[in-house]
Amino acid sequence: MGLLSGKATCNTHGQDSSYFLGWQEYEKNPYDEVQNPTGIIQMGLAENQLSFDLLESWLDRNPDAAGFKRDGQSIFRELALFQDYHGLPAFKKALVEFMSEIRGNKVTFDTSKIVLTAGATSANETLMFCLAEPGEAFLLPTPYYPGFDRDLKWRTGVEIVPIQCTSLNGFQITETAIEEAYQLAQKRHLKVKGVLVTNPSNPLGTTMSRNELNLLVNIITEKNIHLISDEIYSGTVFSSPGFVSIMEILKDRNCENTQVWNRVHIVYSLSKDLGLPGFRVGAIYSNDDMVVAAATKMSSFGLVSSQTQYLLSALLSDKKFTQNYISENKKRLKQRHRKLVSGLEKAGISCLKSNAGLFCWVDMRHLLRSNTFEAEMELWKKIVYDVKLNISPGSSCHCTEPGWFRVCFANMSEDTLKLSMQRLKAFVDSITTTLHNQSNHQSIKNSRRRSLTKWVFRLSFDDRVTGER
Amino acid sequence: MAIEIEQPSVSVGLSKVAVSETHGEDSPYFAGWKAYDENPYEESTNPSGVIQMGLAENQVSFDLLEEYLEQQPEASTWGKGAPGFRENALFQDYHGLKSFRQAMASFMEQIRGGRAKFDLNRIVVTAGATAANELLTFILADPGDALLVPTPYYPGFDRDLRWRTGIKIVPIHCDSSNNFQITPQALEAAYKEAESKDVRVRGVLITNPSNPLGATIQRSVLEELLDFATRKNIHLVSDEIYSGSAFSSSEFVSIAEILEARQYKDSERVHIVYSLSKDLGLPGFRVGTIYSYNDKVVTTARRMSSFTLISSQTQYLLASMLSNKKFTENYIKTNRERLQKRYQMIIEGLRSAGIECLKGNAGLFCWMNLSPLLEEQTREGELALWDSMLHEVKLNISPGSSCHCSEPGWFRVCFANMSEQTLEVALKRIHNFMQKRERRRN
Repeated sequence: MGLLSGKATCNTHGQDSSYFLGWQEYEKNPYDEVQNPTGIIQMGLAENQLSFDLLESWLDRNPDAAGFKRDGQSIFRELALFQDYHGLPAFKKALVEFMSEIRGNKVTFDTSKIVLTAGATSANETLMFCLAEPGEAFLLPTPYYPGFDRDLKWRTGVEIVPIQCTSLNGFQITETAIEEAYQLAQKRHLKVKGVLVTNPSNPLGTTMSRNELNLLVNIITEKNIHLISDEIYSGTVFSSPGFVSIMEILKDRNCENTQVWNRVHIVYSLSKDLGLPGFRVGAIYSNDDMVVAAATKMSSFGLVSSQTQYLLSALLSDKKFTQNYISENKKRLKQRHRKLVSGLEKAGISCLKSNAGLFCWVDMRHLLRSNTFEAEMELWKKIVYDVKLNISPGSSCHCTEPGWFRVCFANMSEDTLKLSMQRLKAFVDSITTTLHNQSNHQSIKNSRRRSLTKWVFRLSFDDRVTGER
Repeated sequence: MAIEIEQPSVSVGLSKVAVSETHGEDSPYFAGWKAYDENPYEESTNPSGVIQMGLAENQVSFDLLEEYLEQQPEASTWGKGAPGFRENALFQDYHGLKSFRQAMASFMEQIRGGRAKFDLNRIVVTAGATAANELLTFILADPGDALLVPTPYYPGFDRDLRWRTGIKIVPIHCDSSNNFQITPQALEAAYKEAESKDVRVRGVLITNPSNPLGATIQRSVLEELLDFATRKNIHLVSDEIYSGSAFSSSEFVSIAEILEARQYKDSERVHIVYSLSKDLGLPGFRVGTIYSYNDKVVTTARRMSSFTLISSQTQYLLASMLSNKKFTENYIKTNRERLQKRYQMIIEGLRSAGIECLKGNAGLFCWMNLSPLLEEQTREGELALWDSMLHEVKLNISPGSSCHCSEPGWFRVCFANMSEQTLEVALKRIHNFMQKRERRRN
């Protein structure tokens, strides 16, 4: 049969990696409180399931929004025919106001500069198409969202060069790390077109400090490159030091009407803050008219359903709702986060101090057989197969230090989280006991041990991984 | 002393793709749009405005959809208390909602009168046919390769197939000598043209029923196309977006039927694109699909669809609607009848004004022959006439040159995106225009 394209046959979609094992295992044996209480608990999925009741009650009170009605009148035809890639004006207005609200109204956004896309996945790819040629590169601080390997590189031909961050300073971006990334790019003969950061960070769950943000502005000014700030988790910041958007920094530095102003682009989505990943609502915000123009046309390949735009325009225009949602959602995330952190503490596990996101960046280095990624994989497999928790190994996020894992806390009930921590504690106790007693005859409830030698595993650094699905 | 430093141009920032014009939006095709936007016809408030006849939308059957929604409100509101809301809101699986794929497969079967079967596991969901066509192109061809496309073709293909993918379109020239049908000679000629330029042909892309011709492709031609693709070992993409708009079910032959008759031999090179934008009149909902007989294409397309998934809210609504056989049977039948009626109306109206069209049997438009009216049988002559139609007659119709037609003088005229009254007004204006011309000539 005829050949398929290079893109079809290459591996850059990332889905052949062993990382998928966790997913597959979960699907084969998913935990269910009643039906399958010994199944695998999904802790690798960064979903926000904590605030659905708020959305459901709003829907109940406002049936017109989902029923294609405006002020009691049917607007079905109008919506059915609306395919303008400029987006539904009422939705764009509500969205930019929501984005502003999330930033404490410290910055405002212009509806003429926002482009709607089918999810942040589409937004990030579209920006790559707009800002870089095949073979050029973007710098990304590690650890980063595994999905970027596919989203930024696959069809665009753009390369990612890592800015290595380490636990020495809480994985913050440093000038040295950026310089090193530049040198690495040079060695690989790659022209750097920009930096892409996720703020708040996935997988770290931390907001970027003002220092880091200022550093980034300095770098992109000096090197004349772009900065993309994926702020998809901006509405999940639940405690201090609070969220500082890159736009705020630019404003503080009086960067409006300067060239650097035009080279900063924000990506947003309602998949995390509102917990609506299925609705495919993403956005690109750019101060550069040409980027907005090109991205708008490109959005033809991934428009947001007008049915969904209308529903969300009604939802987000309800300021009483949005104010309450934003604050209540934060409260619940904070509470949940605390439960995970204390559960981990009881198991003798610490995590990176975090104030945002739907996950924690957990330090299990002390549980590794050795300071290697092979050991990390061994531990990960044990946690998936024995402890029956699907968590994300740091290597899949391109972390340079073995032993870190991303553990999600907002995609399950409180009871399930409690159970997962109990399982983890039992597992850690058993390992610790083993290490202390050097004995193989412990039987621990909820934990079956296997010989370490069974877990021979070859990790190839070239294995690409994919993100949550 | 001031030192002048040359400021880098804006494009230090942007990619070639971003600044290129392959999005195609500077063509005269879009100028008509603009003229309409600036002065849109409205029966009572602006009766002398421009009537939009360049938009292939289906507005004739909305009442059927509205009636359905009235009777089945849970399809759009997830029922009282929204019990299905959470699960739906969380559903981002790129396999697509199973109930939706099932409903699409059965809808596609119904449209083809049960003459072809569709497997729901070969359906890949995309945000519209626009996304489906681009996605398939990424999968089937590398930058610099070519797809052969019969002319005249939908102007959007220039962007959808070429812009970000970097592939070329090589036209398969068709003309009025045989009603613009694709001939084996034209196929070979197109292939040779690509070869002569050292361009690798990866496939043929057809639209069946055709846009802008408004006619179905004959069975014998489909057989030839499949044989040609097999001989050259290339792909065949059949965009069947207008399949439900064929005025009579039996006149539309899908490539799926050809494959079934051949027991699926050589089917791994065939891929079908479908969408609900035309048949159901729902372009805003962004509902497209790729149906491929090639497992690797299905798997790859599915992964790529991550960039262009259909809102789960919309999948949910349509799963409900399209799985309702009573509704779909009635809809398909009624929609066909109404489109045919509209078509008859416009054909007769044009004929009485002395204008002939290509014999059509599908779609939301007719392919009108105004070549007798051209001052000169050239593209310029055609555009001059188009300009008069737009500014004097105040009708926005699509010039054949924007569809890459090799013969000047043909125009695509849409008839389903307006009320019957508006269509009558348009026909009257054409009538008057033709009469004025007659008088001027005599």
